Amino acid sequence: MFRSLAPPEYLAKIDTIKCIRCKRCIQNCGWGVYSWGGDKVLINTSKCVKCLRCFHYCPEEAIEIVDSPTRFKSNAYWGWNVIRNIKRQAETGGIPLTGMGSDLPYTILFDNLLIDACQVTNPSIDPLREPMELRTYLGKKPSKASFETGLDGKLRLKEKLPPQIKLKLPIIFSPMSYGSISLNAQKVLAMAAKECGIVMNTGEGGLHEDLFPYKSNVIVQVASGRFGVNPDYLNAGVAVEIKIGQGAKPGIGGHLPGEKIPLEVARTRMIPVGTDAISPAPQHDIYSIEDLRQLIYAIKEATNYKPVSVKIAAVHNVAAIASGIVRAGADIVYLDGFRGGTGAAPSVIRDHLGIPIEHAIAAVDDRLRQEGIRNEASIIAAGGIRSSADAAKAIALGADAVGIATAALITMGCTTCGKCYTGNCSWGITTQRPELTARLDPEVYAERLINLVHAWEHELKEILGALGINAIESLRGNRERLRGVGLDSQTLDILGVKPAGR
Amino acid sequence: MLEINAKGIYYRDLNAMIREAVAKGEKEIVVKGVNGQYYIGDGLVGNSTITIEGVPGNDLAAFMDGPTIRIKGNGQDNICNTMNGGKVIIEGNAGDVLGYGMRGGKLFIRGSVGYRVAIHMKGTKKQSPTIVVGGTAGDFFGEYMAGGVLILLGLDAEDGASLAGDYLGTGMHGGLIYVRGEVDPNLCGAEVGIGEMDDEDRATLKETLTEYCKDMSLSFDDVMKKDFKKLYPASLRPYGNLYAY
Ligand code: SF4
Ligand code: SF4
Repeated sequence: MFRSLAPPEYLAKIDTIKCIRCKRCIQNCGWGVYSWGGDKVLINTSKCVKCLRCFHYCPEEAIEIVDSPTRFKSNAYWGWNVIRNIKRQAETGGIPLTGMGSDLPYTILFDNLLIDACQVTNPSIDPLREPMELRTYLGKKPSKASFETGLDGKLRLKEKLPPQIKLKLPIIFSPMSYGSISLNAQKVLAMAAKECGIVMNTGEGGLHEDLFPYKSNVIVQVASGRFGVNPDYLNAGVAVEIKIGQGAKPGIGGHLPGEKIPLEVARTRMIPVGTDAISPAPQHDIYSIEDLRQLIYAIKEATNYKPVSVKIAAVHNVAAIASGIVRAGADIVYLDGFRGGTGAAPSVIRDHLGIPIEHAIAAVDDRLRQEGIRNEASIIAAGGIRSSADAAKAIALGADAVGIATAALITMGCTTCGKCYTGNCSWGITTQRPELTARLDPEVYAERLINLVHAWEHELKEILGALGINAIESLRGNRERLRGVGLDSQTLDILGVKPAGR
Repeated sequence: MLEINAKGIYYRDLNAMIREAVAKGEKEIVVKGVNGQYYIGDGLVGNSTITIEGVPGNDLAAFMDGPTIRIKGNGQDNICNTMNGGKVIIEGNAGDVLGYGMRGGKLFIRGSVGYRVAIHMKGTKKQSPTIVVGGTAGDFFGEYMAGGVLILLGLDAEDGASLAGDYLGTGMHGGLIYVRGEVDPNLCGAEVGIGEMDDEDRATLKETLTEYCKDMSLSFDDVMKKDFKKLYPASLRPYGNLYAY
């Protein structure tokens, strides 16, 4: 057989002295690296993706996974992956796929922004003693508020408030469909969303009945494939999202390959078992803002006017597009930056299309303010939110809330190995193989995700306290409380942020 | 029977009236004087029959599940968008993007249709959509088709004229398209196979077209006088070899 000239990326090593031949590594590896050789474990290292499942489950700590020391001669221009991709393409003629967000070393703007703090002239607040308000409402806000006194003598709003999604803190779980992730992974998200008082998003794979108990913490998605969309589905959650694009793969559709469509996924998506689930690149009923408006209102009519979110990838003209989306009647604009994750995308698309979320938030927030329509829709920012600090910075730049997905998967064991598209995830996350998904116990992992959200909640409160403010509302779009380090003046101008020291 | 005069009524109010009537169990609803109101029957669930006089606006029967709507004139765009079940009968012509992502139920059109009709229809063994177009169709007819049955009759077309536009069935990976007459392979993408009818095809046609002819007051025998061609997906996985893993 022709041996691939693309060398293995990793070297899986077993210390045969420590190894007690328990064969756990063989069971745990979803990629089939290990097999039993009669008296010892055999290793096919070219299959290893460094997901570290075996490492964690080896009772003797006998396993070591290292980056393969045998590399092409180092070259600052012709990098390891560049050469490797060419070799893979030469062998297959195919498009190299990848999973997770882009890992290329583009400038990370979040890491060049710093948050202000109070000293002397303005007292900071201790969040352990004083109440801190993180509660967030997503939806259209009236452009003016008038009040009247009710029969009970209490003041109340005169006009009816448009429908709102209430979040305990400004974080949601970003869309990940059943099919791209396992049902157990979706259950983790749903349970954690309920416990944390936030929402998860079904993605475009329909809503499995096991998630029905979590309906009031679910946003359902409608994308170009229209999988699983019927009147019940549209009415199931607290809102409906129209997915136009995804940060990791702006402008292209999705193919969930037939082998990843077992019965349950097919049933939920309402398609036959084993055919590819193809999401066309555009929604062919939307070729303009006017068409988008039609679909938004078709959904509103079908749901008795639930909030509608429109998700787009952050691209060059994002501000003008977002303005159109708001004018088309969306209640929420969901912006997904180019670092956003994916279950499968061509690496050429993931790594080279779109713009960073930080730029997109600033540009959209500016534009909507200039046009006097910022109140007409909430902004959710997603695509590479790694920490509560990123969340705080995104909110200061102008977002109402942030979406997290990769961070949530990391709590389930994901090591961002990036091989989600193979459907072999050893952690039971991005796979439909029953022996793999069974290892992701929803209750156990929901607990971890809840811990993460609570930890970020505390951190956000600490940040607000240091800023001397007691409500997340006071941070929203408050770019005066951000400073840039090492950013050129044009970037600072676009972000609407002063350089540190000014 | 309930009669609604739609003249001058805002679409939201009109749809609320129809919805309320269906919820109350009204089986026969006639809506007169319709003039472009959007979203009639949108997300409507039930088994009522609604007759529309006039020209209804876009997105009629979007997400609908159950009812029957008969339009006594022309229809506009986006009819039966992501429809789940029920039936829409259009006695005249209709516009673009009909039956997008449609999953169940029937759409019968007596006349011709515009572009992007029946894109990404899909079906399973249990639930499958059917569209019959009496006249001709524009470009992208049946694009990305993943399931269901699509029939193009070209009843009033001249002999030898093309019944469909370019990109016929492009990206097709499920379902079947039947065309009454010859099909120029140059119109189709590589994902489409063109074949002859077999017994199963004839049975499908007979069942569907008997119902269609009855709904449209046409003679079934006249419609069947011409031969049909069958378009089928060459592969259930048209893009299976596109990627390097
Ligand atoms: S479990 Fe993961 S890290 Fe271990 S050998 Fe398999 S692919 Fe490599
Ligand atoms: S979800 Fe699984 S396959 Fe995807 S990056 Fe994480 S560990 Fe790897």
